[in-house]
Amino acid sequence: MSTATSVPAATTRERVSFRDRLSNPWGRPRFLALTTWLYILWSLVPVLLAVRFAFNSGRSRTSLQGWSLRWFWQDPTLSVFHDPTLQAALKHSLVLAALVMVIATPLGTALALGMRRWTGPSAGAANIVLLLPLVTPELVFAVGMFLLFTTAFGFIGLGTTAQAIGQVTFTLSWVVLIVRGRLATIGREVEEAAADLGAPPLHVVGRVLVPLLLPAMAASLLVSFALSIDDFVVSQYLASGADTTTVPMRIYSQARGGPTPALNALATIMLVVSLLAVVLAYVIYRALTRGEDQGSAVKQLAMDVG
Amino acid sequence: MGSRWIWRALAVPGLVWLAVFFVVAFYAIISVGLGNVTTLYEPVPHWNPLDWNVGYLWAALKAVVPGGDTWDTFLRTLIYVFVAVVLSLAIGYPVAWYAARHAGRWRGLILVLLVLPFWISYLMRMFAWTNLLAENGYATRALSALSIDTLFQHLGLLDGSDWLGGQHIAVILALVYGYVPYLILPLFAALDRIDQRYIEAARDLGASPAGAFWRVVVPLSKTGTLAGIVLIALPMFGDYYTPDLISGSPKTAILGNAINGYVQGGPNKSLGAALTILLSAFLLVFMLYYLRVVRADQRAAAGVA
Repeated sequence: MSTATSVPAATTRERVSFRDRLSNPWGRPRFLALTTWLYILWSLVPVLLAVRFAFNSGRSRTSLQGWSLRWFWQDPTLSVFHDPTLQAALKHSLVLAALVMVIATPLGTALALGMRRWTGPSAGAANIVLLLPLVTPELVFAVGMFLLFTTAFGFIGLGTTAQAIGQVTFTLSWVVLIVRGRLATIGREVEEAAADLGAPPLHVVGRVLVPLLLPAMAASLLVSFALSIDDFVVSQYLASGADTTTVPMRIYSQARGGPTPALNALATIMLVVSLLAVVLAYVIYRALTRGEDQGSAVKQLAMDVG
Repeated sequence: MGSRWIWRALAVPGLVWLAVFFVVAFYAIISVGLGNVTTLYEPVPHWNPLDWNVGYLWAALKAVVPGGDTWDTFLRTLIYVFVAVVLSLAIGYPVAWYAARHAGRWRGLILVLLVLPFWISYLMRMFAWTNLLAENGYATRALSALSIDTLFQHLGLLDGSDWLGGQHIAVILALVYGYVPYLILPLFAALDRIDQRYIEAARDLGASPAGAFWRVVVPLSKTGTLAGIVLIALPMFGDYYTPDLISGSPKTAILGNAINGYVQGGPNKSLGAALTILLSAFLLVFMLYYLRVVRADQRAAAGVA
């Protein structure tokens, strides 16, 4: 297929009108490129500035004031390291995320494995229950959990346990999506070969599938960790008081109350931890699946989300 | 086939977990919304459907129709979500189109940058704007230097000069900022899937670029676009923290704020639960549509594989 229909020869380039340039589908879409890069700047610069303010030497969160680590640990009372409320939020967020990742990953992996061989109407219903948490507004979900733990499940009550349960519930669907994506690339041949060679079902799972699923499980661990750290609504609804406050909750309660850059510092620490988890998930996944035919992992994520 | 049970056994713990903590949690909303209260206004759920009391649901229903207490809030929610979705599409579609079709050697980097906001806490991203839109923040100063604030005041879009003091426009733009990354990813996936040869064929058959776009690209990406819209509209309907952080004024309260106020703050948890039931019923259509699209997609993928 030739592009001659609309791309003029190079020699007549000067005579190409602006209109032609705009309407040429094989030309460079300058307007689209500009829109995209402006959008990317708009989406990231505010966050970068919030991170920069964390390193201010003064008290301002709205102007640049030199560089310092004052709000991380140097300030003897107000820094993240010395303010007990900020420190407690940081610690609680990390504990919660660790709990969530070690519960959600095995549970979700087993669920994805189990649902693979499961067909029929009951499987369809199970699939819908699995996808529903991804589309339920978090508020609806959180109100339900809150009412559940304050009435029928009053013996559990609100607090760390309830928060962990709540976060595992919506993280589970993500783990299943990740593991399913990996299972799709493995194909049935491997386990069928193992079964044909006489391996009992338990061995097929334990010695064939689980090793092949290790990259997906590592990715699930880190992704559920990041999801837990970034979560706000469920943590807030299921919190029981000051000692179950997470970092996003601290941001919510202090953002409009004249905070110091220590709040920026706290948010920055969590941002770094969460991004580190995601990058690590990606790197580990790539390293463990090296040599295999790889689609773009980012594209895979885009597909999963869409 | 005798090994079937082992696969089912693997699925059981996860499914039981979802049944107990997701399905039953939703049932708890119904039981409280259709339940009763003690003399101290603590909710008493009615788990047995035979005992359901429709009083609170009726009160919630009367509140969200014209003339009711929550009508203004409900209408505002619809307007905010509608405007925010339209703006998100106006921004998201060109960006997704560029990333999917024209990014060339920058494609990998652009994709990473587009996915990045997804992994930054939503609250952190809103908090960043409270820094910038404060009285002497950089965004406030830039908008003032460009006279955009005066322009908006003349257009009636900005009331006074405090961007963080109950401005509709600020909350709507914050919603766009918050949710547009979630729209771009499914849009990208939908646009990336379109075979370039269809567009070329349309052009060879005489379609103008705009014609090829409207008659080939738009229809082929319709499902993905609608799924993306649903994906961002649903959480917007359940949002209360964006108005809280960017405005904090009752002037910009949306349905999420009303529910949050009843359930977490006030003594009327039952009315909050009843409102949540109404909201869920309203959103169920969209959720089912989205699930249908995803399942059709999964089936198509399975057919190809």
